[in-house]
Amino acid sequence: METTFDFSTITQWFNNLLLGWGLAPWLVTTIECVLVGVGLLLLYALLALFYIYFERKVCAAFQCRLGPNRVGPLGLLQSFADMFKILIKELIQLKHIDKFLFALAPYLVIIASMMAFAVLPWGPGLQIIDFNIGIFFLIAVSSIGVLGILLAGWSSNNKFTLIGAMRSGAQMISYELSIGLSVITMVAFAGTMNVEEIVLAQDNCWFIFAGHVPAIIAFVIYIIAGTAETNRGPFDLPEAESELTAGYHTEYSGIHFGFFYLAEYLNLFIVAGVASLLFFGGWMPLHIPGWEGFNHIMNYIPGIVWFIGKAIVISFIIIWFKWTFPRLRIDQLLKLEWKYLLPINLFNLALMVMIVICGWYIKW
Amino acid sequence: MEVTTKSMPYEAWKDNEYIENLVDELRAQGTNVLVGSLDKLINWGRSNSLWPLTFATSCCGIEFVSLGAARFDMARFGWEVARSSPRQADFIMVAGTIVNRMVPVFRRLYDQLAEPKYVIACGGCAISGGPFRKSYHVAKGIEDIVPVDVFVPGCPPCPEAMIYGIMQLSRKVKVERFFGGVNRQEKQKDFVDEHPMAKEAEKIINGD
Amino acid sequence: MATIKENIAARFPQATFEDADVLLINIPDEQLHDLAAALRDEYGYDYLITIVGVDRVQSLGAIYFLSSTATNQEISIQVATTDRENPALTSISDLWSIATIYEREIFDFYGIKFLNNQDMRRLFLSIDWVGYPLRKDYDNSPENNAPSTQNERQSDFTQVYTRREDGSIACEDRAVFQPDDFVVNIGPQHPATHGVLRFRTAIDGEIIKKIDVYMGYIHRGIEKLCENLTYPQTLHFTDRMDYFSAHNYHHGLCMCIERAAGIEVPRRAQVIRVIMDELSRIASHCLFFGTYCMDLGATTMLFYTLRVREQILDIMEKTCGARMTFNYDCIGGVMADLDPDFVKDVKALLATLPANLKEYNKLFVGNVIAEGRLEGMGVMSREHAIDWGVTGPSGRASGWACDVRKTHPYSVYPEVEFDEITMTEGDSMARFKCRMLEIEQSARIIEQLIDNIPEGDYLAKVPKVLKLPQGHWFQLVEGCRGVFGVYIESDGGTSPVRMKFVTPSLNLAAVTDSITSGNKIADLITIAGSLDYIVPDMDR
Repeated sequence: METTFDFSTITQWFNNLLLGWGLAPWLVTTIECVLVGVGLLLLYALLALFYIYFERKVCAAFQCRLGPNRVGPLGLLQSFADMFKILIKELIQLKHIDKFLFALAPYLVIIASMMAFAVLPWGPGLQIIDFNIGIFFLIAVSSIGVLGILLAGWSSNNKFTLIGAMRSGAQMISYELSIGLSVITMVAFAGTMNVEEIVLAQDNCWFIFAGHVPAIIAFVIYIIAGTAETNRGPFDLPEAESELTAGYHTEYSGIHFGFFYLAEYLNLFIVAGVASLLFFGGWMPLHIPGWEGFNHIMNYIPGIVWFIGKAIVISFIIIWFKWTFPRLRIDQLLKLEWKYLLPINLFNLALMVMIVICGWYIKW
Repeated sequence: MEVTTKSMPYEAWKDNEYIENLVDELRAQGTNVLVGSLDKLINWGRSNSLWPLTFATSCCGIEFVSLGAARFDMARFGWEVARSSPRQADFIMVAGTIVNRMVPVFRRLYDQLAEPKYVIACGGCAISGGPFRKSYHVAKGIEDIVPVDVFVPGCPPCPEAMIYGIMQLSRKVKVERFFGGVNRQEKQKDFVDEHPMAKEAEKIINGD
Repeated sequence: MATIKENIAARFPQATFEDADVLLINIPDEQLHDLAAALRDEYGYDYLITIVGVDRVQSLGAIYFLSSTATNQEISIQVATTDRENPALTSISDLWSIATIYEREIFDFYGIKFLNNQDMRRLFLSIDWVGYPLRKDYDNSPENNAPSTQNERQSDFTQVYTRREDGSIACEDRAVFQPDDFVVNIGPQHPATHGVLRFRTAIDGEIIKKIDVYMGYIHRGIEKLCENLTYPQTLHFTDRMDYFSAHNYHHGLCMCIERAAGIEVPRRAQVIRVIMDELSRIASHCLFFGTYCMDLGATTMLFYTLRVREQILDIMEKTCGARMTFNYDCIGGVMADLDPDFVKDVKALLATLPANLKEYNKLFVGNVIAEGRLEGMGVMSREHAIDWGVTGPSGRASGWACDVRKTHPYSVYPEVEFDEITMTEGDSMARFKCRMLEIEQSARIIEQLIDNIPEGDYLAKVPKVLKLPQGHWFQLVEGCRGVFGVYIESDGGTSPVRMKFVTPSLNLAAVTDSITSGNKIADLITIAGSLDYIVPDMDR
């Protein structure tokens, strides 16, 4: 661990610098908050744009195509061009709608995903808020998104969006349960809800290996539920293109639609990021007990690379689902959750608790 | 100023005169440095991100599907984000015949597109009625209904022709002025004044 | 045949007979229903192919083409009315459900009201349309029916016409939907309707209660246009109806004209036509897999199936010069000789085809989600299929052997060996698999023919000005989606008096309501998609 660079030294130094200039502590905190906020927004936008590009390239590869390759080198600037375009598109004023809620909905969705984004551990000390119920906070704020989607569908005064929103509500609330339970399974294993501590606990062995059978079951359930939670195929019923034109955001144009679009991709990153935090050690490098030299080399790779790398690999799997499977029907979707995932999940939680109590997990 | 796109020599384009006229128009109006460069940036984004509306009535629509497939792969240009909702699309590719019964629906679709919006008339039927021009139930070209930016002839035009057509549209977008100057809304107004059918549609939107 | 004629002559003394290529029975309107019922129940003519409306200037009439699914014999009935102001005929929609739609079409084109038809609205044209376009005296001046951007006037009511005891006609309005139905409008601009079809769908939560199909958003009046064109000029329209079956439809129309004009087609041309038909069948079914899977959310499949289609289009482009709307078959043969690479290219295609089919099966058919979505969805029994005249792979998936290549063998089909695929399940999965197996059979046909393309002319000598003798002809061929029929009526001139195209998609769209109600709204997409209709084909 010693060799891994701890980002908190920089933040400490910066904090001391500001204080050293004789600024009042409240001012220092405000400046830091603003800086962190701007940095977060920038990172958020950049990551979302990268993800849009990533998905388009990956899906092109699955479909024997090339994908964007004209705008910028390798088409890297494609999603930037899209962003510029979306920013200046007209925001259509609709008649016969609830104007306030209609305008509020995209902001709710994007704020929910931004708040969840804030909890992710990027590297040692590189975390925006680190408090003792981090995981709990994450689950709580990510549920605000469904409110935005419901409002969007309802306030548009359109039958398609309404059906899309209702489907989405039913789907997300159901799958929230699975996400929550599989997360609790891992929390039971880690014994803490603190994000930093969960990562540090995986120093020697990632939880997916240490927790063996129940951890793997929890991971599979988490990935399925996470895919459903982000409304991605094969669970993309709320925006099922062939059934509901564009689902709950049919009536949105311009940057309001852009928010939904960005949030969709960022939620994908968040789901993948939480999976990497809970099962694959977050920013923790791959350590194999006993292989000192190997561990030492792994430590040279910065934590942030590890974290983003893991998240991208997991999101690649989720993208893979989308471009392979046909869509489920709403009753099949709910059956999958309530009849299969939920009982398995409850059983798995009990199993995990037993393993923790009896100490049957892999320890180093 | 030679308006062209990546790996396409300027001489290879067919109707440079039209674009050059647009460029001259743009120059004649003049602009200040800041707005000009901001315009350039935005136009770079707009011309490289043209999202079509999923809209097809007949044969040309199938060639449009082929255009998206692996062989012609319009994703290379960033056009593959075909939106089903007109609110989120940038241009409508009228692939197929527009018949009398479809006219109000089609005009409504056009009205639902968010500005700035463009229309490509694709195939003989959309341009003039094509082989069905003498029919009792076919609109004789969509030019009376909506303002058309690019015409792509053919029955149906092959996907290469469609790519060329959309590239021409992208070129046209590049030389447009986004801020001030030529306002798209004013252009719409001119069109509505000249075409009685569009005027009717305008009335419905305004709720008269 | 003679016995039927005698029997009918004995039972219906007013009937007169005409021996055209299909036996034609002229009957007064009052006895039509009885005759049709007798033919259906006693003589086994249980499949109503089509109803052709005709305008003979002094009279308006309808010709009913019936076929027997057991013996594959055809028979036709003609009724006429001399009342041009307020023409009315008896409906047979209680005998065949599909007659509802056919009769609506005739009402739309000729203004003939069918008494007792429960849904007598216009089919393709809007309710405010002035005049009946296929009548000979129709005024086609644009002022009458100018295109307008005003929203089309809608009516939630349909009309039922009945005859009162005094002989006058009564009209009753009937609501299409219940007052408290939640009606969702799907289409005409909707990604799932495969074009511009419109479903007004009454739903209860996610469950479909009733679907009201609106057509005509791409009705181009092809049949009327044909009446003003010479026979060779009419050919290209068939390409633009079902653009995937362009070769097959062309083949059908050419055969009908050739038979009427007594033109012998060289064998080389016949073999080429059949190979082209089967190639387009493969291409069409491939595109069906792609778009169908895309409707279900598995977009990637589209790109795999389109690869095969592109390969076939390449072959076609080399010979025909176009990727779609080939206009290749012409009266007396084919337009141009085969490309020198044709045989080589086709063999290369056949070599890769089995591997591709295996890949599609692996990717989609065995998929647990796909099975859950398709199996047991939209079940259509054999009787149901015949009742609605659902032919092609959709009909065969319900167990109805309706392949025209077997029932009325034409061209060189009798000489090649192939199996007619029939299934018994009749659900969406069966319709999907049926097409998959049909590709193999098409490949088998091509394999037998590709090495045996005879040398010789590819085009017979055809008079410069082609006139058909007086009379009428009816020809069936197997399109990619079902039975395609051509009816030509000639007065001895260079252009037809009446040309009617019988297209399978009309039946496929019409049957949607009866097999989707009770399912989820998401199943509308899987069921309607599995029927694989082409909207410009049904609208013509």
